[in-house]
Amino acid sequence: MERRRLYGVIAQFESPGDLLAAAQRAYAEGYRKMDAYTPMPIHGLAEAIGFRRNYLPLLVLIGGLFGCGAAYLMLWSIETIIYPLNVGGKPFNSWPAFIPITFETTVLFAALAAVFGMLALNGLPMPYHPVFNVPSFALASNDRFFLCIEAKDPKFDYEATRKFLESQHSREVSDVEL
Amino acid sequence: MEAEQRQDPGAAAVAATRAGEVPVIGPGHTYASVTGKISEIVLTTKTPRGWIIGFAISFLLTMMLLFTIASLLVKGVGLWGINIPVGWGFDIINFVWWIGIGHAGTLISAILLLLRQEWRTSINRFAEAMTLFAVACAGLYPLMHMGRPWLGYWLLPYPNTMGTWPQPRSPLVWDVFAVSTYATVSLLFWFVGLIPDLATLRDRTKSRPLRVVYGMLSMGWRGSAIHWQRYETAYLLLAGLATPLVVSVHTVVSFDFAIGIIPGWHTTVFPPYFVAGAIFAGFAMVLTLAIPLRKFYRLEDFITMRHIDNMGKILLATGLIVGYGYLMETFMAWYSGSQYEQYMISNRMNGPYQGYYWALIFCNILTPQLLWFSRFRRNLLALWLISLVVGVGMWLERFVIIVVSLHRDFLPSSWGMYHGTKYDWSMYIGTIGFFLALMFLFIRVLPMISIFEMRTLVPEPDGKAKH
Repeated sequence: MERRRLYGVIAQFESPGDLLAAAQRAYAEGYRKMDAYTPMPIHGLAEAIGFRRNYLPLLVLIGGLFGCGAAYLMLWSIETIIYPLNVGGKPFNSWPAFIPITFETTVLFAALAAVFGMLALNGLPMPYHPVFNVPSFALASNDRFFLCIEAKDPKFDYEATRKFLESQHSREVSDVEL
Repeated sequence: MEAEQRQDPGAAAVAATRAGEVPVIGPGHTYASVTGKISEIVLTTKTPRGWIIGFAISFLLTMMLLFTIASLLVKGVGLWGINIPVGWGFDIINFVWWIGIGHAGTLISAILLLLRQEWRTSINRFAEAMTLFAVACAGLYPLMHMGRPWLGYWLLPYPNTMGTWPQPRSPLVWDVFAVSTYATVSLLFWFVGLIPDLATLRDRTKSRPLRVVYGMLSMGWRGSAIHWQRYETAYLLLAGLATPLVVSVHTVVSFDFAIGIIPGWHTTVFPPYFVAGAIFAGFAMVLTLAIPLRKFYRLEDFITMRHIDNMGKILLATGLIVGYGYLMETFMAWYSGSQYEQYMISNRMNGPYQGYYWALIFCNILTPQLLWFSRFRRNLLALWLISLVVGVGMWLERFVIIVVSLHRDFLPSSWGMYHGTKYDWSMYIGTIGFFLALMFLFIRVLPMISIFEMRTLVPEPDGKAKH
């Protein structure tokens, strides 16, 4: 068989349990550059393939704090410096009246950070990815579960890795071309 | 194995069965059958005749809305029945009504998610769409009420040549921020929920143009485990953010009234009572839409009697909170000792608009009491009719609060009567048509039930590995 440039080797599983077991064994074998593809979230799978640092909550916190600070600063500066209006002798910096807008803006920026942060960290939008070259990969959004060990993994060896994946109760193992 | 105990997507369904309740998904479903059944509704090339007729009718009503808006722009808001003393009429009634309806969508998708109510899964998607379209309809009213909607950006604080700024101590300015944040966050929440399902449609469609469209919308989603991890974090955080947001939005809407000094508006019970009323009206609308959809698209396996029953219970519970609100309004009017407050209540009950008040009590307080009986909660036709009655009742509630409070305030010399004109009615019915037209389009081109979340309710198949 002609060996073209490889992205990795991908195995297909029928159940989330099989995939999770295979991912844990692959990690135990020493594979690090791998990814699993599933039609729905599977708890514990990201940890099984070695994903540790989720920066998203931090991003959302920063977004929320930014929205909160920016909104209060805006309201404070409008009311005290830019356009002070004496309403019934109440203080210009009447903070209780600023809470609703500050709160809404906090939520707005935190939500924007959650969505765009998630997309950015995930590298989306990404219309092309090598795994899409595998014909049966369309089932990854339906009822099949995939584990792909990438060629750039230091431990990757075409024959051995293929054999390893075939031994993991997989349904089929295919090459992922670049 | 420890890890296997941690992940068990079927746990929800199993737990539900164990509790002796109807499961949240019909028996015998697999990942593929769930995917196939929901995506088929969208990907079929045969548009059902009922859909065409329904869309045609709602499209005609949308045209009527556009005609009304065009007339309004040409002639001005004088076409509406509003005048002094009733400066807020159908426009604000319908604004509050629509915003309230939207709230059930956020409640189902966010609050019930945080409370781990698995049964929300099959109704959250179209409830979120309902939120979005209801907010779009709501937004039209203040925009048109401005008279010169092309100057709507004056509502936002920005440095301008007029040298003026909005007054951020006014609830009306809070409303601008609350409603625009609510619309944005609802859109984000809905779209994020759609991404994995758009990828499913991309992979399943046989038409190349559709694959391109769904492919672009799904942004190349490939279901990577690491992506799912961040996705779930984002979804959970959005739910956590949307929960206080939805409460704050209707609170701010109620501030529009409660901060004013008009008898009947100046009430501290308004924020919680408005939020409960919003959820009450919204669940009524979810039932109004879900019952025919379920029957028409044969979704009995996904929207089970348990869903219907639970929604009936929520309708009853929120209806009782609203009833408490009415009771407190009346009690406080008497207890305040203020003659204006007391007159306001007696005018509601015995004044020229008394029919509206008693119809409201009938629709919102008496009718939902039927839901104490499971015979009514499980009778689809009865429940559907109750949901319609509640929808009407919540509209009457806003009419009573807004018009009946405004038409007779402190000085009898400034009293007056208000009636909606035909333009008020055509705008109201037109937005209902617009809302339904958007709903029809939505169920035709996007999956109305979240496919990936339904997969998590399917019991896990036996794998090849020996556990």
